[in-house]
Amino acid sequence: MAKWAIAIHGGAGVDPNLPEQRQEEAKRLLSRCLQIGVDALKARQSAVDVVELVVRELESDPMFNSGRGSALTAKGTVEMEASIMDGRQRRCGAVSGLTTVKNPVSLARLVMDRSPHSYLAFAGAEEFAREQGVETVDNSYFITEENIGMLKLAKEANTILFDYRIPLTGADTCSASVGSLVPDTSLQMNGLPISIYSPETVGCVVVDSTGNCAAATSTGGLMNKKSGRIGDSPLIGSGTYACDLCAISCTGEGEAIIRSTLARDVAAVMEYKGLNLQEAVDFVVKERLDEGQAGLIAVSRNGEVACKFNSNGMFRGCATEDGYMEVGIWE
Amino acid sequence: MGWAIALHGGAGDIPVDLPTDKRAPREATLRRCLDLGVAALKAGRSPLDVVELVARELENCPYFNAGRGSVLTTNGTVEMEASIMDGTSKGCGCVSGLTTVVNPISLARVVMEKTPHIYLAFDGAEAFAREQGLETRDQSYFITEQNIERLKQAKEANRVQIDYTQPQPIKEQAIPRSEGDSQIGTVGCVAVDRNGNLASATSTGGLVNKMVGRIGDTPVIGSGTYANTICAVSATGKGESIIRNTIARDVAALMEYKGLSLKDAANQVIANAPKGTVGLVAVTDKGDVAMPFNTTGMFRACAVEDGHSEIAIW
Repeated sequence: MAKWAIAIHGGAGVDPNLPEQRQEEAKRLLSRCLQIGVDALKARQSAVDVVELVVRELESDPMFNSGRGSALTAKGTVEMEASIMDGRQRRCGAVSGLTTVKNPVSLARLVMDRSPHSYLAFAGAEEFAREQGVETVDNSYFITEENIGMLKLAKEANTILFDYRIPLTGADTCSASVGSLVPDTSLQMNGLPISIYSPETVGCVVVDSTGNCAAATSTGGLMNKKSGRIGDSPLIGSGTYACDLCAISCTGEGEAIIRSTLARDVAAVMEYKGLNLQEAVDFVVKERLDEGQAGLIAVSRNGEVACKFNSNGMFRGCATEDGYMEVGIWE
Repeated sequence: MGWAIALHGGAGDIPVDLPTDKRAPREATLRRCLDLGVAALKAGRSPLDVVELVARELENCPYFNAGRGSVLTTNGTVEMEASIMDGTSKGCGCVSGLTTVVNPISLARVVMEKTPHIYLAFDGAEAFAREQGLETRDQSYFITEQNIERLKQAKEANRVQIDYTQPQPIKEQAIPRSEGDSQIGTVGCVAVDRNGNLASATSTGGLVNKMVGRIGDTPVIGSGTYANTICAVSATGKGESIIRNTIARDVAALMEYKGLSLKDAANQVIANAPKGTVGLVAVTDKGDVAMPFNTTGMFRACAVEDGHSEIAIW
């Protein structure tokens, strides 16, 4: 019998000034979701079932950027995406552009299990959701007061930045609320000052007691994104990957993750260079991200777990059958 | 070393007795595209420019499954997708769900160069195309008689299947197999210039009778398209297979991480995918070319600076 292991994340790139209370709330949520996964693993549920149920839990809570609590598009709406991959036979399912589906990761699973395709998006995905009878709600369900406020700040920040790569300094800001970001305005993720940036994505990777690996990732995407923008989360090989060796879920600057096919590369260096999980994760984050900021969680079929990020923090939690269990935010 | 270019018009179950009236125009297009690409490389155009212009030409040709001539969704509409990648910067641009944009590959390039995003789809992508002033035409421009016929045949073939859309337990359902059309499926081009800069572009109408909203491998970086400083790859075939096998990235990964030659890497990737599902074209920074496939055939062409060139189907 193989040893099970699980890792979860709530996004990479965290505001260093995040209030203590918020940090505690986040850690409590991570602990709760981690425990749900651990209980399911102890009950011998399959890896793909466990990643789905854990990500559903993360989507349902408004704290992280997925499902309820998703970041808003430039239009002030929510467009969610997700993907899931079962390491056995590398079956996969992905969805993008969801506006009413309560649990995007579950629709991704249905795409994998109940359609002849791997990836459905926008109106077609919503139509499939109705045909499948999944729970749908009004778009407003996903929108939180906090994110409405964040969108406003993001728009203000973007009107100041002509080129999103130019760092915002205190002297250039013209509104009091943006000006209050002065202490860390040099810290940016995806073109937004870190205090406005909503760490994208939640995810879960699992190896179950039979040694099978699975991964799932879900997100509302980039705050103030253009409607129709797709990030790395639903892209197999970028945000999510699972094979017979390992499973990976990534988070952070989508562009960097896609260009470096981050999730696939972890598995590829294990497969083709013979690196072990930690070595593979270290190599990929160090050598493959160029100037991008991102993080990932990974498990191997041997019951190992690894987390790594080059961003400022990553909400995460890991547990193994040996009894190890930990949640964290910072390095 | 020197420049090299390879392009494809789709891999699939192309019958060896393909009638002349279907074969000739496709071969002529491959030849024309090859000549255009070669001329551009000789004139010193960047590989990114070259792959874009060749893909545009293939999109404009109604005999291949991209742009005009795209296969139809189950609703009888066209939903096109494409991606482009610059090996030097690893910049990429992807689009899906286009219904009126005449050249999807060009929109993908604009997404790469003019937005902080990589991938735009459906209404958002269409709106962006208009903002950017790209050429758009009514849906009817893209739809051909042959594709209306193909859709009809595909629907007839599926008619005996249980309707998979009923929410039933999986073991009672017959999930229709995703059969790619035999004659056409995606276009693509890879190129390297004399300085070893690489680029890749892929464009498609997708799978005949596909569900509305279905996205295949073509716009997924690492699956249908990939380019870095070692090689550039464009894949074609059954999208779902290409995604699971991360075909384009794997060719480069085998070269990079296992030290395989292009030929060995490309052959291994093709051999590891189920027979009858994939093909690819690839070039390296050294000017090597590979065009393997495990289907009956693949419309393809290539040329290298030393003079060798080839146009083939089987």
